Amino acid sequence: MNLHEYQGKNLLKSYGVAIQEGIVAHNVDEAVEAFKTLQKDYNSEFCVIKAQIHAGGRGKGGGVKLAKNEAEVKEHAGNIIGMMLKTPQTPGGLDGEGKLVRKVLVAEDVYAPDFDACKEYYISVLMDRGRKCNVIIYSTEGGMDIEEVAEKTPELVHKEYIDPTLGLQGFQLRKIAFNLGLSGQAFKEMTKFISNLYKAFLGSDASMFEINPCLKTGDDRIVAVDCKVDLDDNALYRHKDLAELRDTDEEDPTEVEAKSYGLSYVNLDGNVGCMVNGAGLAMATMDIIKLSGGEPANFLDVGGTADAARVEQAFRIILRDPNVKAILINIFGGIVRCDRVANGVVDAYKNMGDAITVPIIVRLQGTNADIAKTIIDESGLEVHSAIQLQEAADLVAKVVA
Amino acid sequence: MSVLVNKDSKIIVQGFTGKEGGFHAEQMIEYGTNIVGGVTPKKGGQTHLGKPVFNTVSEAVEKVGADTTIIFVPPAFAGDAVMEAAAAGIKVIICITEGIPVQDMVKVKAYISDKDCILIGPNCPGVITPEEAKVGIMPGFVFKKGRIGVVSKSGTLTYEAADQIVKAGLGISTAIGIGGDPIIGTPTKEAVELLMNDPETDAIVMIGEIGGNYEALAAEYISSTGNKKPVVGFIAGQTAPKGRTMGHAGAIVGGHDDTAEAKMAILAKNGIHVVKSPAEIGKTLVEVMNK
Repeated sequence: MNLHEYQGKNLLKSYGVAIQEGIVAHNVDEAVEAFKTLQKDYNSEFCVIKAQIHAGGRGKGGGVKLAKNEAEVKEHAGNIIGMMLKTPQTPGGLDGEGKLVRKVLVAEDVYAPDFDACKEYYISVLMDRGRKCNVIIYSTEGGMDIEEVAEKTPELVHKEYIDPTLGLQGFQLRKIAFNLGLSGQAFKEMTKFISNLYKAFLGSDASMFEINPCLKTGDDRIVAVDCKVDLDDNALYRHKDLAELRDTDEEDPTEVEAKSYGLSYVNLDGNVGCMVNGAGLAMATMDIIKLSGGEPANFLDVGGTADAARVEQAFRIILRDPNVKAILINIFGGIVRCDRVANGVVDAYKNMGDAITVPIIVRLQGTNADIAKTIIDESGLEVHSAIQLQEAADLVAKVVA
Repeated sequence: MSVLVNKDSKIIVQGFTGKEGGFHAEQMIEYGTNIVGGVTPKKGGQTHLGKPVFNTVSEAVEKVGADTTIIFVPPAFAGDAVMEAAAAGIKVIICITEGIPVQDMVKVKAYISDKDCILIGPNCPGVITPEEAKVGIMPGFVFKKGRIGVVSKSGTLTYEAADQIVKAGLGISTAIGIGGDPIIGTPTKEAVELLMNDPETDAIVMIGEIGGNYEALAAEYISSTGNKKPVVGFIAGQTAPKGRTMGHAGAIVGGHDDTAEAKMAILAKNGIHVVKSPAEIGKTLVEVMNK
């Protein structure tokens, strides 16, 4: 689960990580109010208006602006709130339709007053799958795309692996601060920053923290200017407060609905929908669709129970996509009996009446597959049945041709 | 021989009296698997499905000589259950549970690293040695006995592969569902290695997914054995978009090396017979075996 920048910063702050302070605003009036508060409480002459959406590269699309006075706050906040912000990470990229900005973070200007003395760093924390431990990745090249830095100048990207039983050690904190070229007060601040950052990472069961940029200010403080926080969905049960931060406005509404039915669904651009039991088989089914000349319209894992109600919900969700020209149902029955699934498909089909306007291909294999095929074939419905995966692939090819 | 589990395995079920554990324990017993008991804390002394229930894994080891366990404990307690089994001296730990927090698994991996045990899973369908032991949730009838080993990250895709293998006139020595989580006990390479060294396995089907580098490491290992046994490989997720988790927590394309295309290229380079279509696993296997 992704957090907004302001939510992530609140989380970091609760663990003692120094952040660029800010106040969320949903309209121009709130933005002006926030600006005045920042001037008063943090002695910040200017402020930065930052669009709050779940995508990086916001500055590139005009979603981050410096405002030097109240008039500029009004102007920028007015422009940004309500805009369709296009960034390299929003759907379709910079040429796509972008994402609606519903709120902005009005943040203090931490680069003032001595802009030239500031220095930006890159810091992230995540789990390294290869080493099966957490790793802190850091670089002196802050404020830039880290993948690009890693490609062009790999020697500038450092990694510190953390022992799962002993945790982050003092010498590791010092090594990071030394490698970032820090000394004096800034050195001390950085070790404290990293130490608290790691505590926050573990404490929130995060999958990823990315602080880019992490700033050394003119007066040698270390602050998180931006942050990207991704939390482990599987651990949210023990972080009820964080689970409540989910912003479903930022997610695909159909995916949110599918989730509420217990369906694992990802919306894609293609023309053939699919409904499968099991994640691996679902991906393989998408691959079959592509190899048969179609394009998958979605990923959908119905899970272990494929009864009529489930199948109907899945049908409705898939059919909401106007690009869908056919639906392939691929179920390998194990504990789930195929005849039950077949009855589920027939019932769902009948319940939905005229709502189903595209050809349906049903491939049922495994327990009672033969009975299932008979049920489908004798239902009188416009459903093509198959048992072998290749037969299903051939039927898809015929339908999309 | 076969690997990991056989007719002599003394198997217990952790989460024995729960809904999932109870259901699958019954299925396993029906298959003929040697289930010697189960563990549910605070229910020790009872009998369930005709088998003794113990409070702790240690007790099960002591009283009925358990050497293998299958875990159905809910995600919040599953990491703890794995560590309990490892501490009690269980040799083969198979964890079916889906949804264990990643940081729990980081700790579990570190904890069991110096214990004499093999962890399969979590988030996996289990392990089956046909006609001997089904220690998992797979439909047993699909897996006919034979000499093909299967290693897979996915459940139903494993059944699909097994079905194709059987329909092609071959059979399974042992099928290992290694699991689809970011951290699993026995990655692809280690599972393939078991089958590579198994005298009752002639060829291997290796099924991977987008995300991580397990298949690449396995491919390098296979090549280092001089491709001693033929391996047919498939990677699911050729059409998966970047940055989206596809059902399995570990199935996500981050960088270039995570894609199905990149993995398939590495597999092919290392002498693995790569199939682009999951419908061609059985057919390709027969072709390779007849060469």
